[in-house]
Amino acid sequence: MSTAVESYGADAKPRMGFFTDTTICIGCKACEVACKEWNLIPEDGRLWTGESYDNTSALGANSWRHVAFVEQRKPLKLDGEVAALDAEPLRWLMESDVCKHCTHAGCLDVCPTGALFRTEFGTVVVQEDVCNGCGYCVPACPFGVIDKRDLPRSPDDAPLALPIFGKKEDGRVWKCTLCYDRLKGGHEPACAKSCPTDSIQFGELDELRERADKRLEKLRAEHWNGARLYGNDPDDGVGGFGAFFLLLDEPEVYGLPPDPVVPTAHLPKLWLNTAVAAAALLTGIAVSFFGGRE
Amino acid sequence: MSITERGTEMQSYYGRPIVKEPVWHPEVAAYFFTGGIAGTCSVLHGIGRVTRNEGLAKTALYVGAAADIASPILLVKDLGRPERFLNMLRVFKVTSPMSVGSWILFVSGGASTTAALLELTGRLRPVKWAAEVASFLTGPPLATYTGALVANTAIPVWSEARGELPWLFGASAAASGGAATTMFAPRRSAGPARRAAILGAVAELGLTVAMERRLGFVGEVYYEGEAGKYGRVAKACTAAGATLLAARGRRSRVAAAAGSALLLAGSAALRYSVFKAGFQSARDPRYVVEKQRERLREKTR
Repeated sequence: MSTAVESYGADAKPRMGFFTDTTICIGCKACEVACKEWNLIPEDGRLWTGESYDNTSALGANSWRHVAFVEQRKPLKLDGEVAALDAEPLRWLMESDVCKHCTHAGCLDVCPTGALFRTEFGTVVVQEDVCNGCGYCVPACPFGVIDKRDLPRSPDDAPLALPIFGKKEDGRVWKCTLCYDRLKGGHEPACAKSCPTDSIQFGELDELRERADKRLEKLRAEHWNGARLYGNDPDDGVGGFGAFFLLLDEPEVYGLPPDPVVPTAHLPKLWLNTAVAAAALLTGIAVSFFGGRE
Repeated sequence: MSITERGTEMQSYYGRPIVKEPVWHPEVAAYFFTGGIAGTCSVLHGIGRVTRNEGLAKTALYVGAAADIASPILLVKDLGRPERFLNMLRVFKVTSPMSVGSWILFVSGGASTTAALLELTGRLRPVKWAAEVASFLTGPPLATYTGALVANTAIPVWSEARGELPWLFGASAAASGGAATTMFAPRRSAGPARRAAILGAVAELGLTVAMERRLGFVGEVYYEGEAGKYGRVAKACTAAGATLLAARGRRSRVAAAAGSALLLAGSAALRYSVFKAGFQSARDPRYVVEKQRERLREKTR
């Protein structure tokens, strides 16, 4: 459950992350496109949802950035003058969601192969040459970010060898890597690079947190309705996000959990409980040996 | 958007789920069942040996070994990349019940099948004894860790039941492992297995009811859909099987076999009910949001 950046010794880098300021998101989806292009993410079907401008719907194995669109009958500002002008208020919230790169990451904790690891930048990444597709990380993420990719079989696949060898369909889990390859080369992640309004800001986490505090102060002074930071608190259930947000409403309005907790926070107690249950099972069976053989 | 029981409107993003549904196939639920049988049989076999109940010991050894052979096959089949199954033994991580469980299954399954093979061939007695001891020690955790595995997720109905699940899976393991051994053991030596099965079945029923009650609204999924259907099957079969075994299991070979079959069906249905409940719980964002809102209200109070 540690962030484990210390284990890199001299190679450890400052913790990098995203500050996604949704108040200046214009819903252009350049982040979604740039992410798909850079990371060679396959197309996974198109479906018209009727949910505002959102046909991506959720983060998943093939969507590592997801722009949420929320249409609300609420005033954008609670300033008396502005509200009076707004006879029938309507605001359009847009938020580019992404993997939170948690300080205490459920996916990383439960991964049994060590495929998921903590990089020298403090981010959480899957090694696709190690992942065996056990799928444990999928329900272990409190945000529903990581998912298994199933691609249709290609006609080139040898039919008989499929179960053991040469399986070309995917079967592994995928999520945002915070563009680990670009970071290694000294570049910012593709989504942040492509964002035309700087709604997605990339940088050292400590610096981003300071910047976010100032921004929130300004928005509050301007009476923006519902402005709040989400995921900036190092004492929350996941130890703070590496990628945090400035929102204009409750997290659940954007499809985010209001109080996420890493599952492994309960694990020490759960292990103890499991051991006691095992001892009880042993005792119960031993007791059954009283009363004769028949 | 959905309306909660308390009459307050819960907000959501077009009613879409927040946590992801598991990607596991029914093989995983089947493994919870076979792993439970294997774990219980290891213990029945061990104590049977020590108390010189050879009929019971041998039956439990072979039944357990069969379940131990089936278990990794089911698990490998569920992997997205089955050819990489050995990566499970690449590391040992105490933060991952699946990692710890893979090692338990590796040791326990290996020991049970080795002991069974050596028993059949009558060779290498010291090795057989060592394997029997290893199998005995790793049997109980093999039966209960699967409860910890599902409880250690972000799925509300699993996570919130972390107090009960290892116990429930352990009880269900005693019921099914005891039943499987009773079914095949000679009548004159099956007593301990039968009593373990009845004891496990009673505990399984009690724990199921206790869990469903304590979960509150998060436990609603146990009354709906497939989780509800298989939950009812589990209760009916387990209650009937335990009654039959307790009333007639000692005298009648037929009653013992029928009662055991009912308990096996009940235990398998219970695992599938718990398995499916996780999917249903993930599908509705209400369980995630309301539980967390409840927690936040308690924190600020």
